[in-house]
Amino acid sequence: MKRSNEPIFWSLFGAGGMLAALIGPALVFITGIAVPFGLVFKPDTMSYAHMLALSQSWAGKIFILAVIALFLWHAAHRIHILLHDFGIHAVTAVRILCYGSAFAGTVVAAYTLLTIKP
Amino acid sequence: MSNRRPYVRSMDGWWKRDAYFIRYMAREITAVFVALYAIVLLFGVVRLSQGEAAFNGWLQYLKTPWMLVFHVIVLAVFCYHTWSWFNIMPKTMPIMFVGGKRLQPGVITGTGLAASVIACLAVLFIVRGMS
Repeated sequence: MKRSNEPIFWSLFGAGGMLAALIGPALVFITGIAVPFGLVFKPDTMSYAHMLALSQSWAGKIFILAVIALFLWHAAHRIHILLHDFGIHAVTAVRILCYGSAFAGTVVAAYTLLTIKP
Repeated sequence: MSNRRPYVRSMDGWWKRDAYFIRYMAREITAVFVALYAIVLLFGVVRLSQGEAAFNGWLQYLKTPWMLVFHVIVLAVFCYHTWSWFNIMPKTMPIMFVGGKRLQPGVITGTGLAASVIACLAVLFIVRGMS
């Protein structure tokens, strides 16, 4: 029997879903609402200097990549099934489109973070 | 091919037929917003790598009313994602036994939601302490 590649995609889906469930609301509140509109946090929380420092540390790079990549893989897996639910049955094309987008996003994020030198 | 044209029930709008399917759709459609939020962050990282002016442009963009509306919607969707994620967790995780008894669904969901609240508060406090 041919080995299924489903466990790989399902693991990425699960990891992304778990990360989003655990800290997603806090992240959206911080980056999308509180900091841009000067609530709760110091106004320079997401300043260029601070974000550059964060992305220069390995811990920061890994955290940023984990959030972006896992969210993308999580979404790709669900959207690929959603398209099937809405009657789009070109399985291979949909898979390539969804997982391909997540892969592309992951590569761009990883490459960009690596170019940010300490 | 025969000339019979048997009746095939249309599947259009199948998910509107039942409250269970509607909840399923609501849960799965959150993924679209998770992807959009990840794309916003991805843009932030790319702009960050392009220097201060580029990154400040991204920060300014976050302050536009449309992005505020977008993020308020995303926040609501993420909260729903958290709730629904742990709501289905009793079905998605392997069966667990504690002290010879099967872990009850309510315990699993409750523990997950409590963990989320703690994790979110931890992130908020860490970020508030930084900078």
